[in-house]
Amino acid sequence: MINPTLVLVQTLNGLQFGMMLFLFAAGLTLVLGIMNLVNLAHGSLYMLGAYFAATVEQWTGSFLLSLLIALPVTFVAGVVIELAVLRTLYIRDHLDQVLATFGVILFLNEAVRIVWGATPLYMSAPAFLSGNVALASGINYPLYRLSLILLGLVVAFLLYLLVAKTKLGMLIRAGAANREMVEVLGVDIRLLFTAVFGLGAVLAAVAGIMLGPILSVESGMGDGVLILALVVIVIGGIGSIRGSFVAAIVVGLVDTVGRAFLPGFLATIMPHTIASAVGPALASMLIYIVMAVVLFFRPQGLFPARGG
Amino acid sequence: MAPLDLLKTREGLVRTVFMAALALVPLVAYAASELFYVEFATRIMIFAIAAVGLNFILGFGGMVSFGHAAFIGLGAYVVGLAIYYGVYDGFVHLALVVVICGLAAFLIGAVCLRTSGLYFIMITLAFAQLLFFVGVGLRQYGGDDGFTFRGHSTFATWLDLRNSITFFYVVWGVLAATLFFAYRFVRSRFGMALSGIRSNEHRMRAIGLPTYRYKLVAFAISGVICGVAGALLANLTQFVSPEYMHWTRSGELLVMVIMGGISSVFGPVLGATLYLVLEELLSSATEHWQFLFGPILILVVLFAKKGLMSALKIAGLSIGGRAGHG
Repeated sequence: MINPTLVLVQTLNGLQFGMMLFLFAAGLTLVLGIMNLVNLAHGSLYMLGAYFAATVEQWTGSFLLSLLIALPVTFVAGVVIELAVLRTLYIRDHLDQVLATFGVILFLNEAVRIVWGATPLYMSAPAFLSGNVALASGINYPLYRLSLILLGLVVAFLLYLLVAKTKLGMLIRAGAANREMVEVLGVDIRLLFTAVFGLGAVLAAVAGIMLGPILSVESGMGDGVLILALVVIVIGGIGSIRGSFVAAIVVGLVDTVGRAFLPGFLATIMPHTIASAVGPALASMLIYIVMAVVLFFRPQGLFPARGG
Repeated sequence: MAPLDLLKTREGLVRTVFMAALALVPLVAYAASELFYVEFATRIMIFAIAAVGLNFILGFGGMVSFGHAAFIGLGAYVVGLAIYYGVYDGFVHLALVVVICGLAAFLIGAVCLRTSGLYFIMITLAFAQLLFFVGVGLRQYGGDDGFTFRGHSTFATWLDLRNSITFFYVVWGVLAATLFFAYRFVRSRFGMALSGIRSNEHRMRAIGLPTYRYKLVAFAISGVICGVAGALLANLTQFVSPEYMHWTRSGELLVMVIMGGISSVFGPVLGATLYLVLEELLSSATEHWQFLFGPILILVVLFAKKGLMSALKIAGLSIGGRAGHG
């Protein structure tokens, strides 16, 4: 039957996945909430961050150095994309935004393939984070994954401080609530947008770089996580950081734990042949089912950022 | 004006000329011994059917579905699986596609239409992903590799879909029928109501129209049309895979509609043609064709949003409120 060690390990994996999803989704939901911009190219920033870091790591052999260099470079890339394409899209409808940023995805996925080739790059975790920690007697868990959970919590806390306690955060919240009013009050909304977009790009890059040693760095790597992040922000409520945090953990846990245990669980209640056919498919559907249920009861998500 | 004026309006003219030219493709291809073009034109028409289907809710109803590839995939899987299990009867295929895609679109629409705007875009996307993962999870049918099969939907002994030219004309007929239906639909009371909902849903609700039900029915119709396109696609390729339902496919379908022009019935047909021809040309020029296509797409969205149909300066049958802006 169900093994408690495995449950613990998979729960931690789910948390770790959820934290990385949160880093990704936080930027996306900020951009959506404040600028009312659907940026499908957010996954491309995640991908670019990982590629920049993998390249620097190959040159220098240092993970930390790669992080330090890749983050500002991705910030600049994000700002360039914002200025070149997205700035003209704020006043357009969502359909235009979806299509234009879809074009950005096609362009960047292919650009990456041209520059770095089609074969994936691999990154290695820094030496001081390799190895396992003993959580209890006989239960080992990779230190690197544990540090990802910690990093996610730290970034979430910093974001909370930024949004709730600083002047920039106040403007961000005000911008999400009523953009025109903030503009009328004399805030340079364009500068604010660019700053928020850059911040989102950096958060996405952090997720991409930190996952580099676990996943492979390849063209199109941001597309899958983009869809999951859209599920996260829809469940959490568009524009709500708090909502994204809760929803990211829910999605991370449901997905990881579901994939690990649902097929086995089904095998106990139905014939094995059916369970092995249905299990994996149902496990990958779980988060979408969660989303459909949440939206059926709360069409604005769990924590709607705006009234109504 | 009557919905079927073939030459009176400029859109009618474009449509008639285009459909007639399409009908000549097999003759030209046969004369030039380039049967590839028959298959290519068949592909274009199949995606044109799907694009017209999507435009039912996108252009007429203002609902941006980012998940319509799911219905294409669903239709393809229905036919693929039916043939896999030895059911060749085309009428059975058609009935299954209509019932299954209609039901799926009805259920998905019922949830999605509780939301609007941005949420709607994302939820349709999420449901398409859900169906995509069902396909990936069907390991006995090849999982994410999909499966090939041998055989076609069979309607009558004299109608042999194995013959690529016969199949071409069947698809042509389905496209013509879809367009006929679409023109009738736009001019119908239902189509007018849907157009009204797009312009101002609150007002339509205020005058007593059950807007949710109207949108849901339109969504289901649109899903069925895409399902039929999927069934034809399976017949063409003899292959089904979850890749048909991939979210980028839904994106491409939106691009086709936009490129052609959202505010006309025939626009999506031109859009599908332009998209697939462009893809063919660019990908034969370079394997990195998306590197070129991405910026083209961005430029189209930024500067040519009204699509090919209005680029041809067609004033004729445009739908409802958007005509005024065009």
